[in-house]
Amino acid sequence: MGRYVIRRLLQMIPVFFGTTLLIFLMVYVMGDPIAGLCGDRQCDPATAAQLRAEFGLDKSVWHQYLSYMGNIFTGDFGTAFNGQKVTELMATAFPITIRLTVVAIVFEIVIGISLGVVTGLRRGRPVDTGVLILTLVVIAVPTFVTGLLLQLLLGVEWGIIKPSVSSEAPLDELIVPGLVLASVSLAYVTRLTRTSIAENARADYVRTAVAKGLPRRRVVVRHLLRNSLIPVVTFIGTDVGALMGGAIVTERIFNIHGVGYQLYQGILRQNSQTVVGFVTVLVLVFLAANLIVDLLYAVLDPRIRYA
Amino acid sequence: MRGATRARWAVCAAAVALTATACGGGDSGGGGGADGIVSSSWGDPQNPLEPANTNEVQGGKVLDMVFRGLVRYDPKTGEAQNEIAEKIESKDSQNFTITIKDNWTFSNGEKVTAKSFVDAWNYGAALKNNQKNAYFFQYIDGYDKVHPESGSASAATLSGLKVVNGTTFTAKLSQKFSLWPDTLGYAAFVPLPKVFYTDHDAWLSKPVGNGPYTIEEYAKGSSMNLRRWDDYPGADKAQNGGIDLKVYTDNNTAYTDLTAGNLDLVDDVPASQLKNVKADLGDRYINTPAGIIQTLSFPFYEKVWDTPDAVKVRKGLSMAINRDQITDQIFQKTRTPASDWTSPVLGEEGGFKEGLCGSACEYDKAEAKKLIEEGGGIPGGQLKISYNADTGSHKEWVDAVCNSINNVMGNNKACVGGPVGTFADFRSQVSTQKLTGAWRAGWQMDYPLIQNFLQPLYYTNAPSNDGKWSDQKFDDLVDKANAESDKAKAVTTFQDAEKVLVEQMPVIPLWYQNGSAGYSDRVENVSLNPFSVPVYDQIKVK
Amino acid sequence: MPEQKPWDETTGSGAISGAGAGGAMDLAVDEGTTLEKTPGGPEGTGPAGKPRSLWSDAWRDLRRNPVFIVSGLIILFLVVISIWPSLIADQDPLNCDLAKAQEGSRPGHPFGFDGQGCDVYTRTVYGARTSVAVGVLSTLGVSLLGGVLGGLAGFFGGGWDAVLSRITDIFFGIPVVLGGLVFLSVVASSTVWPVIGFIVLLGWPQIARIARGSVITVKQNDYVQAARALGASNSRMMLRHIAPNAIAPVIVVATIALGTFISLEATLSYLGVGLKPPAVSWGIDISAASQYVRNAPHMLLWPAGALAVTVLAFIMLGDAVRDALDPKLR
Repeated sequence: MGRYVIRRLLQMIPVFFGTTLLIFLMVYVMGDPIAGLCGDRQCDPATAAQLRAEFGLDKSVWHQYLSYMGNIFTGDFGTAFNGQKVTELMATAFPITIRLTVVAIVFEIVIGISLGVVTGLRRGRPVDTGVLILTLVVIAVPTFVTGLLLQLLLGVEWGIIKPSVSSEAPLDELIVPGLVLASVSLAYVTRLTRTSIAENARADYVRTAVAKGLPRRRVVVRHLLRNSLIPVVTFIGTDVGALMGGAIVTERIFNIHGVGYQLYQGILRQNSQTVVGFVTVLVLVFLAANLIVDLLYAVLDPRIRYA
Repeated sequence: MRGATRARWAVCAAAVALTATACGGGDSGGGGGADGIVSSSWGDPQNPLEPANTNEVQGGKVLDMVFRGLVRYDPKTGEAQNEIAEKIESKDSQNFTITIKDNWTFSNGEKVTAKSFVDAWNYGAALKNNQKNAYFFQYIDGYDKVHPESGSASAATLSGLKVVNGTTFTAKLSQKFSLWPDTLGYAAFVPLPKVFYTDHDAWLSKPVGNGPYTIEEYAKGSSMNLRRWDDYPGADKAQNGGIDLKVYTDNNTAYTDLTAGNLDLVDDVPASQLKNVKADLGDRYINTPAGIIQTLSFPFYEKVWDTPDAVKVRKGLSMAINRDQITDQIFQKTRTPASDWTSPVLGEEGGFKEGLCGSACEYDKAEAKKLIEEGGGIPGGQLKISYNADTGSHKEWVDAVCNSINNVMGNNKACVGGPVGTFADFRSQVSTQKLTGAWRAGWQMDYPLIQNFLQPLYYTNAPSNDGKWSDQKFDDLVDKANAESDKAKAVTTFQDAEKVLVEQMPVIPLWYQNGSAGYSDRVENVSLNPFSVPVYDQIKVK
Repeated sequence: MPEQKPWDETTGSGAISGAGAGGAMDLAVDEGTTLEKTPGGPEGTGPAGKPRSLWSDAWRDLRRNPVFIVSGLIILFLVVISIWPSLIADQDPLNCDLAKAQEGSRPGHPFGFDGQGCDVYTRTVYGARTSVAVGVLSTLGVSLLGGVLGGLAGFFGGGWDAVLSRITDIFFGIPVVLGGLVFLSVVASSTVWPVIGFIVLLGWPQIARIARGSVITVKQNDYVQAARALGASNSRMMLRHIAPNAIAPVIVVATIALGTFISLEATLSYLGVGLKPPAVSWGIDISAASQYVRNAPHMLLWPAGALAVTVLAFIMLGDAVRDALDPKLR
């Protein structure tokens, strides 16, 4: 187990280099970012050249990448076009987004798995159909609309929440945004759990457990659920990264200045230093999440072993 | 097993944390009356807040509160009036003597002197400082030395600027420009305190100026709190205790916050909400003209667009656009159909002339089709209108313009939108002359002068003449107008130049953009200036 | 699935064994097949006689499943109007009159008009082609690529797994917005193929992870171990024993993803890199209608409803296929 973890941690090194290089090249092929800095008019050529030199854009792409990587190892992640340090941006954005993601994941686990268990055990019953319709609504109606409607109802009509999240973004203000962010994933988690539960409900070990006369609750939680969780855990693991980097819409609606927003801005302004910095951290989060998921496999199913 | 137990514990802890904190209280702004604080929506400025480096409205808002220059544009009429300047004189429209009032200081106590101006202008013009608005100093003699087109600067300061004494300095221009004093209200021309040069980073994190407000707190990317400066020497003292600017990444959210009572002022009501404004805000909504015009530009570097026939096609296209309907349906009358190439905020006296474009800017289905067909049809068979998809929701109106043209032509593919992913990419395609069809263009005035709506856009090789249109007659008239020392004559000469645009239709004027703002019932006396920036210092808290 | 009665409704153990062993489903299948397909049975393809394959069995099951028939009919209908939209809509989706923008329904225009004054009904019908193509083909591509790569990683483990999984991680890291702006803005083609290709390129890692996890679990099962002990080849084990048992989570994720891919196409168009104007699709219309939901909800209702029905059909289809593949249900 220990050796497996170390090996996985070591694999992060090539992934780190691969990702930074790939993202760096991608931002590079988007073209010259300077033209966008002067509004609806042309930058005068001298200032544009000067700006290019300042951001190192006049050098070859390999040169740019190498000097960027060199700087990273001294802790310098570069500067955004508005003069802010990228590390500063990350320091404000990541804590907020991590809180938002935690709220969303908790919703996925609590609501998603509960609904999945209930519908899995009652396939074809009204509750199953009801949840299926909810699922369809969540998939067909854009997050933008669900978010907006919740914001209007809870924030303006009923005054239960504030429509926008303050810049400190405490947990309680993130509950509704977290629910909106989790909504589509909830559909996945519910359906995955439902299918798994329905499948395993007929497995031998469940029959055995029931035959032994174990209480129903214990059978469901200990035997059935635990064995049904692997696809769900896999999905939630992959979702961590997607939620963190892809919360652009939710963050916009509720005015949360998190990772999704910074990344989106960085991409639109074609600022490689912001984009590569943020994506690199996100990929490291993925790797950690995936490692945890793989370790959870062994916990959930003792037959799975890692050497 | 161990893992499972731990995971369950973590879930419970998170749930406890959620419920424990799920009882946050609301906070309300400061008291009312003269010391009341106004909260207002804001966008994250794109550039560091240096005056000569701020070229968009969000940074401009702050500079307008924190700085005062020689000249200030009247928030209502847009007319240039002396603020710090005692007088600005010239005998020949080329050599100016500027005398400033003696009683101005920066909020840190430093006196505002002639040198405060000259140093600031030299800083703004110098190539090495990377100031994006450096071109504002281009008319001052010696600009080409401190800011050459290529290579490095051969002088550190503008030779045209000379400090005479504590309150007087002179400026020599490289050409005659009678209206030059009227340009000095732009933020790039404000004075700067010494600390700007001695401790630049500290200044950037909390700018110090000489305006009616001081910055109390600035959290980059999220908020800025400004407070009234009680010792402000100017006449336009702030009527409220201060302004709290809050960054919104989406103006929809800002609007929702306004309707929920969490925000006092939104200076950019999203188009999709305009239908609800009456129900949500009643009469607490402003819709006033701003110095912004939107146009369709054409590539004159492409042979097919630079022919006499193409003039007919462009005129026909202009007449095929149902401006009234689009401004009604898409913009809910927050834009006004354009009938010249300037803006209503200039006023009749300043050179705005309604209907100058004549029938060429009026919707006429039959005539439009006839003209386009006479001109040999749309070059290439299809008009592609390029726009950037990332900001400004241009898709809607471009689609509407295309539908209008398609209906006239009786062909659903005569015109299509051409989205470009990012603004930077769009601008670089425009400036490197990659576009072969039309593209959207918008011009926000720098100062309320007819010159600013014409010369930078249509003069041969002017910096914002992206389509590379060139007309000798137009250039001559502009030169003549600039040399005119009588303001009224200058304006009519500029209008003569504008008439060349009617004949040639190098760009199609679409509509004038208005500023639209909504405010809460906590505040009153809210207005927008001609730059569509709220006049913050006049807002009163009830 | 009215016949299947899992062990839920009553309490106690009797219901479980009852449903498991004597469910109504059993009636449909003859004894031999049931036995052969039971995973506990060491080898379903013993030397005695040529048994029908699992897949043909599944097909036999499916044909009798009403859920499959209903979903199949819906999908058939969608395919037909995708190919011949003019069958049920006689107007031109690009024929728009701004004067009627956002107006409600009226005779001849049952669904009303959108923000540009185009007929919502006609656009919903014509949008099916693009949206169904993008949804179905992307889902197929993603499932194939992701399923195969993830399955291989899970099956072989070790070095294979390390390499494939780390590649998956890198692809996961590419933000959709960045990827779209980079890969799609250089493509001039106005067909749906670049969009589909792009969705497959960025969408496969998720399915790959799910498939890998699923295969890792299934591979531990006794019947797989038994097959291995009996000397079954890798490909045989994968196709015969692992794939049918590991496919359930993949189907679930794929059928839901189908809906999100249709929406993703709209996001790409919104970014200016998706389908080139004047393309018509549900996604584009949904995203255009979203901002007017307070004033003109009908603009959102119809394309979103069409999307929901499509996803419903595929979820039902997926459920039916999964059940048909699950021998335990027989």
